[in-house]
Amino acid sequence: MRSTWQRRLSLTIAGWAVGLGMFFPILWMFLTSFKTEITAVATPPALFFRPTLENYAAVLERADYVAFARNSIVVSLGSTLLALALAIPAAYSMAFFPTRRTRDILLWMLSTKMLPAVGVLVPIYLLWRDFHLLDTVFGLILIDSASVLPIVVWMLFSFFREVPAVILEASRMDGASPWEELVHVLLPLCTPGIAATALLSIILCWNEAFWSLNLTTVKAATLANFTASFSSPEGLFWAKLSAASTLSIAPILVFGWLSQRQLVRGLSFGAVK
Amino acid sequence: MATIELKNVRKRFGAHEVIHGIDLLIKDREFVAFVGPSGSGKSTLLRMIAGLEEITEGEVLIDGAPAKDVPPARRGLAMVFQSYALYPHMSVAENMSFSLRLAGIAKEEREQKVRAVARILEMEPLLERKPRQLSGGQLQRVAIGRAMVRQPKAFLLDEPLSNLDAALQAQMRLELVRLHRELRTTMIYVTHDQLEAMTMADRIVVLNEGRVEQWGSPLDLYQNPATLFVAGFIGAPKMNLLDAVVKTASDQQLCLALSTGVSVTVPAPVKELKPGEAIKLGIRPEHVALETEGELKGEIDALEHLGPRAYLHAGLPDGTRLVVQTDGDTPIRVGESVAFRIRAQATHLFDRSGRALARSGAKPVVR
Repeated sequence: MRSTWQRRLSLTIAGWAVGLGMFFPILWMFLTSFKTEITAVATPPALFFRPTLENYAAVLERADYVAFARNSIVVSLGSTLLALALAIPAAYSMAFFPTRRTRDILLWMLSTKMLPAVGVLVPIYLLWRDFHLLDTVFGLILIDSASVLPIVVWMLFSFFREVPAVILEASRMDGASPWEELVHVLLPLCTPGIAATALLSIILCWNEAFWSLNLTTVKAATLANFTASFSSPEGLFWAKLSAASTLSIAPILVFGWLSQRQLVRGLSFGAVK
Repeated sequence: MATIELKNVRKRFGAHEVIHGIDLLIKDREFVAFVGPSGSGKSTLLRMIAGLEEITEGEVLIDGAPAKDVPPARRGLAMVFQSYALYPHMSVAENMSFSLRLAGIAKEEREQKVRAVARILEMEPLLERKPRQLSGGQLQRVAIGRAMVRQPKAFLLDEPLSNLDAALQAQMRLELVRLHRELRTTMIYVTHDQLEAMTMADRIVVLNEGRVEQWGSPLDLYQNPATLFVAGFIGAPKMNLLDAVVKTASDQQLCLALSTGVSVTVPAPVKELKPGEAIKLGIRPEHVALETEGELKGEIDALEHLGPRAYLHAGLPDGTRLVVQTDGDTPIRVGESVAFRIRAQATHLFDRSGRALARSGAKPVVR
């Protein structure tokens, strides 16, 4: 009895330590955003201070937050929808009609994630320029969905694999076409998994900065550009940068908080259990 | 209404052939059981008829029409799967009406058909439940109901009872037979359980390693097994198979020396055997009697009481095993030495390749 009690206590402490360790930078950023620029750089760091909203006022005055946020929302949702539209049929065929090459294709898709994005920056940039996709929301949706596609296919593949093939055979005996099989049987069975995949994809696209910084400037710029615009050029205004960052991550944090149950359920329990 | 004909049907997975050319005619309204051990190809054969598995070579004809390019749903067959394969996210009623919905049948008609089937299967109170709220027996009923709603030409049942407990199996066996009689539809039933095949089927097809060993009525297979395999597979407990060597052979009688050294005389087969030839002598447990003057002697090492009868498991001096059926109230106990007499008329003879040696007067064996 005693040992399980001790075990539980140490696990609790370890869990909180890891959680607080991971959360601390965000907390610090959040606190800094309410400091003046002087208290923000004070040594030793000030834990108690008189909070101010002046950084938020300055940040919102200088840049059109709503426009950036709108782009972020459109790009993350658009990329996720496009990625799902491509990945669902791909994962379906790989999960239920595998060939000898299926595993290779899956591994090859994943291997593209091992290549640093900067490695293909120049060709992508030139292509986007020639197709007039630079600084367009659609261009960013294309590249973002391509970059989450391997993960989305992998996740859906593993969820689909858990659906017993015999259920799909039963629907074939009942007269379902492949499309009806997908829509009426497979997708409803995998809803938690698909939801988790979509949530993760939205989060990844939201946080994606490399492509939006390199392929957009004004019209299609996302919150990543918004945050970046408060960094280097004008020296280190920590408090304003913190306020901008807080504004950038706030929507996705709230979104993640609201969807965490769905996310954990989908990621840990599989599709049909 | 459906006759199903198989013409030299073969199935290969890569270079590996699992079905080696099967010819079969399943008549309209017949209840046929495919029976065999696991790996015998019985399920593959059923799936080929269903259209879930491609036919490598040969033809499946449904009502005379080639089925090769007909998708599963258009074959007019319904299948009941071993694991039921119900749609977990749909209610019982939705599961049952799914095929009708796909076929574009109006809602009222769908509901009417589902209710009619539910009434026959006595599961009307279950219609709004989800599969996870049902017991194994109820799931089985829904799976059968889902097949019935389509009013198929034939039912294909793939080991539908193997996930149920023994009592429920016995009940469902009777119910399936009743359904078959009421629906007057062709049924193909795949099972590894010879008891299910024996109790339900009009005709049994015994499969072994992708070949038909024998087909015929249950009693025919029991009484006239064409091969050692069928002899061992049909009937429980199994037929006793004893090693024997021909001592003398005449037109009328065959004198055999058993491996225990004992001689037995049995009616001679049509085919002539030469002295010294090694054969197998098969005898069912109910055709061996306990007799103090009997030719075989052995020691009882296990006893199974089934109530109305009992099975004695005996070891003969040379290690051969013998199972004997006797009365349920037999006074014999484990450890006793007893003598047995074989009913010579009821013996089966098999040559070295495992084929039955027919006797004159016995029914011709179909193979």
